[in-house]
Amino acid sequence: MNWALALPEIVLALCGMAILLLGVLRRGDTTALCGWAVLAAFVLAAALVATGADGHAYHDMFIVDAFARFAKLLILTGAALACLLAMDWNRREGIARFEFPVLALFATVGMMLMVSASSFMSLYLGLELQSLSLYVMAAFARDDVRSSEAGLKYFVLGALASGLLLYGISLVYGFSGGLDFAGVAQAVASPELASPGFIVGVMFVVVGLAFKISAVPFHMWAPDVYQGAPTPVTAFFGTAPKVAAMALLLRVLGVPFVHVPWIPVVMLMSIGSMLLGSFGAIAQTNIKRLMAYSSIGHVGYALIGLAAGTVDGVRGVLIYLVTYVFMNIGSFAVIAAMRRRGRAVENIVDLAGLGRTDPGLALALAVFMFSMAGIPPLAGFFGKLYVFLAAVQRGQWTLAVIGVLTSVIGAVYYLRVIKVMYFDAPGEPFEARATATSVLVFGCALFTALFFLFPSAIVASADAAARSLF
Amino acid sequence: MIAVIAFYVFAAILIGSAVMVVTSRNPVHSVLFLILGFFNAAGLFLLAGAEFLALILVIVYVGAVAVLFLFVVMMLDIDFTELREGFQKYAPVGLAVGALLFGELLFALGAWDFAPAAGGLRQTPMPDYGTNTAMLGHVIYTDYVLLFQVSGLVLLVAMIGAIVLTLRPRVDSRRQNIEAQISRTPAQTLSMVNAPLGAGVRAAEYHRREPAARVGEEDV
Repeated sequence: MNWALALPEIVLALCGMAILLLGVLRRGDTTALCGWAVLAAFVLAAALVATGADGHAYHDMFIVDAFARFAKLLILTGAALACLLAMDWNRREGIARFEFPVLALFATVGMMLMVSASSFMSLYLGLELQSLSLYVMAAFARDDVRSSEAGLKYFVLGALASGLLLYGISLVYGFSGGLDFAGVAQAVASPELASPGFIVGVMFVVVGLAFKISAVPFHMWAPDVYQGAPTPVTAFFGTAPKVAAMALLLRVLGVPFVHVPWIPVVMLMSIGSMLLGSFGAIAQTNIKRLMAYSSIGHVGYALIGLAAGTVDGVRGVLIYLVTYVFMNIGSFAVIAAMRRRGRAVENIVDLAGLGRTDPGLALALAVFMFSMAGIPPLAGFFGKLYVFLAAVQRGQWTLAVIGVLTSVIGAVYYLRVIKVMYFDAPGEPFEARATATSVLVFGCALFTALFFLFPSAIVASADAAARSLF
Repeated sequence: MIAVIAFYVFAAILIGSAVMVVTSRNPVHSVLFLILGFFNAAGLFLLAGAEFLALILVIVYVGAVAVLFLFVVMMLDIDFTELREGFQKYAPVGLAVGALLFGELLFALGAWDFAPAAGGLRQTPMPDYGTNTAMLGHVIYTDYVLLFQVSGLVLLVAMIGAIVLTLRPRVDSRRQNIEAQISRTPAQTLSMVNAPLGAGVRAAEYHRREPAARVGEEDV
């Protein structure tokens, strides 16, 4: 058995336990120390992922290929950036505790296991490890009613989704006889062999995973949880777990369920998410709620690539996720910088006149908003371009047309933020922000703005990752 | 014959107690019926030849989980009549959705045709060594070691989560410092009090001692 294939996960988990012990046993305030240690562990794990070998291990429950490696690097990047954002925020909010980075680390281990899963059992355990850590992180500001509410809501609905997922897995096992992805694909080797019971199982599995990426109609939890959870946690929710669940969906629909006609279902979820994301966001006044609807819309765009079901489609989804992680972390870093008189402000009107009081921050947020709206030559444009291209090549014109139309509608609320920043009367300036926040804001803004200079490297590795899945 | 009778007895009591868990008015009765249900499920496992699972069910679920439920039910101040009002309000919708789902599943599973390869995939050769405890141990620590370890991580995260969300440092609790207690001297602990004739030493004197006299009782 080639246990070393899981070396990044093993090393990361061991680092997590060591950091936990450090935090518990060392006297005094260890929050900052543990935070930096977790960041170092992420870098170490990323180095191990990048240099690791391909193959199957652990009784065919664990697979490492170019796809898993691409997704893991993206997950580690998102998690590290969100943890960096959290260090300063938690200190200012008075919720700084060393358990926060440790929980983020264990959630990351779960996500890495999810993208490497090649059996329904390892899939489920990875998903639970991730979800359980995220429930606690959502409720981390435990004295804040909305944060507790977010944690409870996420927990109850997440438990329901896990139940549906498990029920689906049991049906899939019963009707195909296999739990590992290759075995299921072998047993159901053509569409005629997929019995109705098997298809019901597949649908339950898809519902369980669609809940995790908050695709319509399983999105109800997202706005409340995004608004209630502490801002860095929301930034984390929007990046790493979405990447992990999306990668999992790509693998599950691409390998064991490849002969099940799931494309119409994904198309429906995609269209629903794009429509709800763009129309639901228009009436929002809270910027975190706005970002929640925006994330539902972005999931819809990413699902276009999945619905295409081709190498190009998967490549499009991966590129979309890369651009989305940086736009999202950057936007939330700006939201985390919105503080007045020691308190966080979250309304869109609080951004009024930012163009005059803090031109740098306003410019960065403008870059993120334009990019999310898909204006060329920013990164978000390329993400949308590649998924639309895949849909057009597959002849799925409906998806591409609805995608373009909802992008235009979505531009309304992104532009409204920019209008508030540049054309409204300025309010009180924000508090001075931490260096780490500035680095995140301007680093992500630079990546988003200059993506068009270096897309070939990312496109090439996304292409290699997508090919390894087929 | 006896096995068949035992199966139907266990199964009937299991279903009956499951119904009572949901319908009984007193939550403590619900938990007690749950325990009855666990025992009968353990009986079913025994009949299926899975004696390890049967005993684990009794030890873990009856011994720990059900008792924990009982604690929660009795300690939390939940107004069950209020919960029941909501239940009655949403019952029609819930029943309709449930019936719809049940009908769909019946429709889907009615055909009941497995993939042709399913039977072969499910059949795994039974190793013929020892009890099923030994066999479980053999696969858990070899083939399924990844899952076993990840389950451990899930439990660790659950523990961290429970502590993070509930533990608050108490300002009024005192902790014992054995080293300080052993190394203290009579001069630190004994105080000579001049007791006035007929009045005695009042208890309040103890608290008026200097902090040095209270060495070994740390404020947390």
